[in-house]
Amino acid sequence: MELLLLIFLPLAGAVITSLLNGGAAKISALGFALLSLCVSIFLLSKFTPNANMQFVVNYPWIQQLGISFHVGIDGISMITVILTNVLIPLIILSTFNREYKNENAFYALILFMQCGLLLVFTALDGFLFYIGWEAALIPIYFICAMWGGKDRIKVNMKFFVYTIAGSLFMLLGIIYLYLQNPAHNFDINAFYSLSLDSDQQGWIFWAFFIAFAIKMPIFPFHTWQPDTYTEAPAPGTMLLSGIMLKMGIYGVIRWLLPVVPQGVQDWAHLAIILSVIGIVYASIIAFTQKDAKRLVAYSSIAHVGLIAAGIFASYNLGNLGQQGMQGVMVQMLSHGINVVGLFFVLDIISSRLKTNKIEELGGLAKVAPHLAITFLIIVLGTVALPGTNGFIGEFLLLFSVYNYNAWLGAIAGFTIIFGAVYMFRMYQKVMLGTTNDLTITFTDIKGTEKIVLYTICVLIVAMGVYPKPILHLSEASVQQLLEQVNQKLTGLN
Amino acid sequence: MINSLLWLIPLLPLLGFVINGLGRNTFSKNLIGFIGSGVILASFALSVALFFELGASTQKQFIIDLFDWISVGNLHIPLSFLYDPLSSIMLLIITGVGFLIHIYSVGYMNDDAGFGKFFSYLNLFIFFMLILVLGSNYIVMFIGWEGVGLCSYLLIGFWYTNSNYASAAKKAFVMNRIGDLGFLLGVFLIFITFGSVEFSKVFPLAAGMMPGTATITFITLLLFIGACGKSAQLPLFTWLPDAMAGPTPVSALIHAATMVTAGIYMIARSSILFDLAPTTQDVIAIIGTATALIAAIIALTQTDIKKVLAYSTVSQLGYMFLGLGVGAYTGSFFHVLTHAFFKALLFLGAGSVIHAMHHEQDMRHMGGLRSKLKITFATMMIGTIAIAGLPPFSGFFSKDEILAHAYQHNKVLWAIGLFTAFLTAFYMFRMMYLTFFGKYRGTHHAESHIHESPKTMTFPLIVLAVLAAIGGVINIPHVFGGNEWLAHWLSGAGIAQHELGLDHTTEFALMGVSVLAALGATLYAYTKYVKNAHIPIADESKRSLFAKISYNKFYLDEIYDAIIRKPLDAFSTFFYRIIDKKLIDGLVNGLGFTASEGSKGLRLLQSGNVGFYIFMMVFGVVALLLYTYLSIA
Repeated sequence: MELLLLIFLPLAGAVITSLLNGGAAKISALGFALLSLCVSIFLLSKFTPNANMQFVVNYPWIQQLGISFHVGIDGISMITVILTNVLIPLIILSTFNREYKNENAFYALILFMQCGLLLVFTALDGFLFYIGWEAALIPIYFICAMWGGKDRIKVNMKFFVYTIAGSLFMLLGIIYLYLQNPAHNFDINAFYSLSLDSDQQGWIFWAFFIAFAIKMPIFPFHTWQPDTYTEAPAPGTMLLSGIMLKMGIYGVIRWLLPVVPQGVQDWAHLAIILSVIGIVYASIIAFTQKDAKRLVAYSSIAHVGLIAAGIFASYNLGNLGQQGMQGVMVQMLSHGINVVGLFFVLDIISSRLKTNKIEELGGLAKVAPHLAITFLIIVLGTVALPGTNGFIGEFLLLFSVYNYNAWLGAIAGFTIIFGAVYMFRMYQKVMLGTTNDLTITFTDIKGTEKIVLYTICVLIVAMGVYPKPILHLSEASVQQLLEQVNQKLTGLN
Repeated sequence: MINSLLWLIPLLPLLGFVINGLGRNTFSKNLIGFIGSGVILASFALSVALFFELGASTQKQFIIDLFDWISVGNLHIPLSFLYDPLSSIMLLIITGVGFLIHIYSVGYMNDDAGFGKFFSYLNLFIFFMLILVLGSNYIVMFIGWEGVGLCSYLLIGFWYTNSNYASAAKKAFVMNRIGDLGFLLGVFLIFITFGSVEFSKVFPLAAGMMPGTATITFITLLLFIGACGKSAQLPLFTWLPDAMAGPTPVSALIHAATMVTAGIYMIARSSILFDLAPTTQDVIAIIGTATALIAAIIALTQTDIKKVLAYSTVSQLGYMFLGLGVGAYTGSFFHVLTHAFFKALLFLGAGSVIHAMHHEQDMRHMGGLRSKLKITFATMMIGTIAIAGLPPFSGFFSKDEILAHAYQHNKVLWAIGLFTAFLTAFYMFRMMYLTFFGKYRGTHHAESHIHESPKTMTFPLIVLAVLAAIGGVINIPHVFGGNEWLAHWLSGAGIAQHELGLDHTTEFALMGVSVLAALGATLYAYTKYVKNAHIPIADESKRSLFAKISYNKFYLDEIYDAIIRKPLDAFSTFFYRIIDKKLIDGLVNGLGFTASEGSKGLRLLQSGNVGFYIFMMVFGVVALLLYTYLSIA
């Protein structure tokens, strides 16, 4: 029952917030987001870090079709739930110094999206998963379409059609699995125990993979992403990059690997190669970007590429795959926190100076020392300096890719160098040097901006110095998942 | 005491960083200086105490576990420290020289608005450097390894409003990162090969392996790439001269005495692995020798006093790598130690000159400062004699140990090393003569302000001068009746020792040759710059081909720009404009267009209004929910 509270509290919040006006909507949204955070902390305190699904709720919903409202949390879900519920209040808080028209709708949509995200991360029924998947998309579509930049209509159309197209493939896959299932239901465990031949697995793999690859995105399914991130309003970009793309990663882990391990085995090599190409390709593109927001968007493609490569490099190694898969867990959290930090810094700059063009900026460190320090810490987390959260994940991921193939590991490792190049280039051009006529007017961060950035910085360092609690949280579930995949693979051969 | 107190040595500087970092705008300069230097002094005192305890103890290796850092599957990386003879000496250098440079900075940075920030960064650097040398495994070492890189970035770009300085900082970080990738890949291979990254597990396992195994060769080559980045060897050395953009105490501490020797420390620490990889050793010896020579050639014509010292540092680091490559681990480490004394001294002396000259760094505008800066001159002269390798000062012993091993290993490497020693003596005395001898060449206005630096700055100079003079005593070779204390001490840390197989006559002859070379160079420099009062020509005048190459640093920056940076930027634009926008996105748009054209039958629904689609979706979900509700009812 606690889990129902967790999922539907944001929905209730969305309804109530939509009825309020102006400032009250803001406060209400933040209140509900914080309340949700409290609920997840409560769940965390009752959670035992073993491999079992916990807080399970299973109601028959549409019995004729075998659809159940079946949700539960294991270590893997817990990581994504925490990510969502930590970031949503930060994202809402980050809007406190901004003016958005129709605030009630704006904040209601954010909370509505939170509900959809939580549904995705806890669903144990294929249909429910799909409902959550689309329910998370609708609000972000409206957020981008109504509060975005001047190209928002065209850009959003593409984003929407692209992702919908992907999820339709997934829907087909889900329906196919349902039809193959003798019990005719969407239950995840029934999906896990299906025995499909390798052709069937191949088709299912691609149906799901395309949906997930578009969401993350993996090269070459990424071209909607830079435009959308750039045109979306800052909170929209944070929601998309911080949380929503993890739906794709989570989907691969929960709905792809254990359901069609043979299909994954057949195509993993291609998936890794695409991911590694994405790392290098997006990093190189980031070198010369003129818009800081677009630069971070491309850097996100590179970082997500490494996560994807880590998944496909380690899924079939049994216990040996733990480094890669645990790296995925930590990096999902770290990337979410860091990228939200980066986009917030850029939002602070563009809200004051009306530009994110790198060439028009410079010298901000002189006038904004607090921003300079927090921005630097976030950059360090992003380039994975040891002692920051980014290092733990990147180290484990690179190690797993290296284990898979030393050359691919070495190529993926270029992210260490390239990341430093584009991140420090951006930092230098924006923060260092002398001020110009525009940047001299800049004022340092204050109030809620400080709270958000300081929180992010504390998380970056704390996770980097003492990652043990996070690793411990998902350890058993990851181990079980890997064993399950391994058993199915050996059973098949 | 070692078990209970060791952790305080790195913790104190970290505390200093936090306290000064928080109070940088509110504390008085005296308080900041007191806290910043005080924590380092306390660490130094502890390091001395533990050093004597280690000396008295029969146990030579102490492992102190702090906590489990990363633990996944069979990969366990504890945050733990290793205290042994090798790290004990590194602690003394870092905290000892570090303390002197903190004291010096109180005077040097007195007028700087970023005084508090400077001390907190300096403390943070000491913290990471201590982690680097104390780590009991490669990953904890890597924390320090990258941490000092960060501090180097922060301190090179300390005056960040100057965009050249900010660029120099970025360049240092990126070039270090190239090395770091090598280091990291090497560590991966170590883990795959030995199942651990702990020194105490890896080295005993490696000791049982056959020399020349491909795996060990790969591991050591990758680690060496890491060392090339951090310790500024070819082809990655160009960041170090640019790093002189940082305040001079930073150049002395980070870019001469401590951080840049991290690569040598790492290889000495892993000497068991490197001893098993003769191919790698050859590569190291060749790269080291080439770096030593090229940097020395560049130093010949530089006119900026700090640039001369920077290239001299690169060159001396090259010597140390030559030593490592020919198996003289102790000799290289000995040179790390003596170099820390005399190079820190020389940089601080140069800082004192720059301070007196109101930030003038061009030696063409100096001259005749001997009488005005007596202490600075005298101490720097000691440092110069030491680096030139003239007996009985410290550099003589350490340099000759490396050269003797090189001679035994390969005569060509020895000859180049000797020639480099000749060049070293020449450009160092050239620097001294141009700065302190002859007539004053600066502006009249500046001349009236020239004064000796305050006591906080001259005190460290004097202490370092004493150390540079007598530092050689810790490893006097048998040929002089010494007992090679350092070699004995380090053997307790499991550092591979190779006896010099030369007879005493050869040893004496080799020393004689190198002393003669250094003396000859000194004399030549004296004739040219004092007797004939030669002054380096202005930037715009024509130079000979050789001088042009030397003065322009072999055009390495330009070459890297042309073959790496520019092509990468071109690729970036090409990928973005053509591949991403035209090709991939074009395909995507084309697919979308075809789909919408091909579905004319559904045109009535295909209104293109996304809002309508969403409405339909929501409608569907609501209908489903209603259906459920009704069916339950």
